[in-house]
Amino acid sequence: MGMTSQKQPSAGAWRPAASEERLAYCLLAPAVLLLLLLIAYPFVASVYMSLTDRRIAMPGRFVGLRNFTELVLEDEIFRQTIWNSILYVVGAVGLKAVSGLAAALLLHAMTRGRPLFQALLMLPWVVPASLSVLAWWWMFDPMSSVINWVLVSSGVVGRPIRWLSDPFWARSAIVITNVWRGLPFFALCFLAGLVSIPREYYEAAETDGAGPVAGFWHITLPLLRPMLGIVVLYSIVMTIADFEIVFLLTRGGPRNSTHLLGTLAFHVGLSGGRLGEAAAISLFIFPVLAVVAYFMLRAVRHGTEVG
Amino acid sequence: MRRSGAGKRCLVYAGFLPFLVFALFPFYWMAITSLKGNQEISDLQQIPLLIQKGATLAHYRYVLWETLFPRWMMNSLIVSGTATLASACVSTLAAYALARLRFRGSQFFGMAIFVTYLVPPVLLFIPLSRVVAFLRISDSPWALILTYPTFLVPFCTWLLMGYFRTIPREMEESAMVDGANRVQAMVRIVLPLAAPGVLTAIMFAFTISWGHFIYALAFVSSNPKKMVNIGLATELIRGDVFYWGSLMAGALLTSLPIVAVYGFFAKRFVSGLTAGAVKA
Repeated sequence: MGMTSQKQPSAGAWRPAASEERLAYCLLAPAVLLLLLLIAYPFVASVYMSLTDRRIAMPGRFVGLRNFTELVLEDEIFRQTIWNSILYVVGAVGLKAVSGLAAALLLHAMTRGRPLFQALLMLPWVVPASLSVLAWWWMFDPMSSVINWVLVSSGVVGRPIRWLSDPFWARSAIVITNVWRGLPFFALCFLAGLVSIPREYYEAAETDGAGPVAGFWHITLPLLRPMLGIVVLYSIVMTIADFEIVFLLTRGGPRNSTHLLGTLAFHVGLSGGRLGEAAAISLFIFPVLAVVAYFMLRAVRHGTEVG
Repeated sequence: MRRSGAGKRCLVYAGFLPFLVFALFPFYWMAITSLKGNQEISDLQQIPLLIQKGATLAHYRYVLWETLFPRWMMNSLIVSGTATLASACVSTLAAYALARLRFRGSQFFGMAIFVTYLVPPVLLFIPLSRVVAFLRISDSPWALILTYPTFLVPFCTWLLMGYFRTIPREMEESAMVDGANRVQAMVRIVLPLAAPGVLTAIMFAFTISWGHFIYALAFVSSNPKKMVNIGLATELIRGDVFYWGSLMAGALLTSLPIVAVYGFFAKRFVSGLTAGAVKA
């Protein structure tokens, strides 16, 4: 079949060719169907479920916003979870951004061996967290933590740290593990940003007498900002929705000090059978997702406009 | 003008060393634990960073012959392989349409794909567990083969859209001038050119499926049907020090396929990651 070939590339108002449009919808159909059935429908179902007192193997009654008000106003564990999530996201994303930038700057300054070092640094990001966190679990083991062995025998601390049984140290442990896992991604994205900054900027600054520190503040950081913004936003969603690090290391303990929304929803919904309440808990991720998606879409569009 | 002496260069590598140690130590510790005898694992009187009393493969033998580990590996291979291939097909078609064809709503669909790409599985596992129960596929590989594409398809489509855009339009236009229709041009010209991109997407999708945790934990519960990462985390763990060796051996064996793929394609992995995950 012949196509109505447009000579000039889409200038002004165009009507899509009917056959092209039909083909597009055919090609999109499987993906759209899948996303409607397994993302859009479950999302709507979860909103509905969160308004009921549904339990496993029992039909729920409509209870309005009771799940939400009870969680926010009365549920100590839930409030604790929100506080944990804030600490976790701020701590982990902040540390990942700073250390990722440091690693990227070092990699960028390397004259030889960069591909090798970059590949090695990437390993924590490549190996699935559900496997590597097992190693961290063992490293935080109360009886024979190798981290404690190093700290005690080098004299940094007097006695072993209670990594997973003390609330403060348990929180530190999950943040450390998350930073370990996410740092390579930050470093790699920042490195891609650094590489794209033209050398001439630095050379010009140098002839004007600016040192490397001034160059970092006045050239590197401003030019890296769009990339920094996107990576941080993306990481906020991924970090607040983290599951396996907490599930494997602490299961939310000690005394619920490390529960995140995902692990609490799992505990309440699938272990406890209170589906309505669990749906409400996991829906608290949604506002964060919506805000981040809005800003990321804007950033992505802006980025493509600029080129 | 430039003061990049040998001293500064050394400083860069010295500064990078802590990052390297931080990144690699857990893997070293995993490997060395898996090769130690049980007595040595629990003994902290000696320096634990080295194998002092001789290496042993006992933990590997235990994991491979006396647990369900091989079975779990098989489950993971089947589920990850099927979900990955199905998602790659669906995504290639969708990405081609979104990157190349002009139709009403193309912007909207592109945005929808991007937003679903951001949706974390943690948000949906409760209602999906009901969907899976409704379809009567709870506790079967189908529960995972059906649900894994929810995060694989948005990811692969987004990645492939970027890839299709790098293929010059002129190539298919000239084919169409020569009398091929849109579908023929797509199948004969664009898809072969996109093969490296599709391969990258397959590689990523497989890695993500292989390590995916929450659906595998929530939707499959009987021991012999578990995915390998869930099996390791739930069945080999007894809170007893004598299991650490076999747990580390199992985790290492399970990481190997991923690391092998990564080592083989390291360069593409790195560029694909930044292209797919951050940029349009």
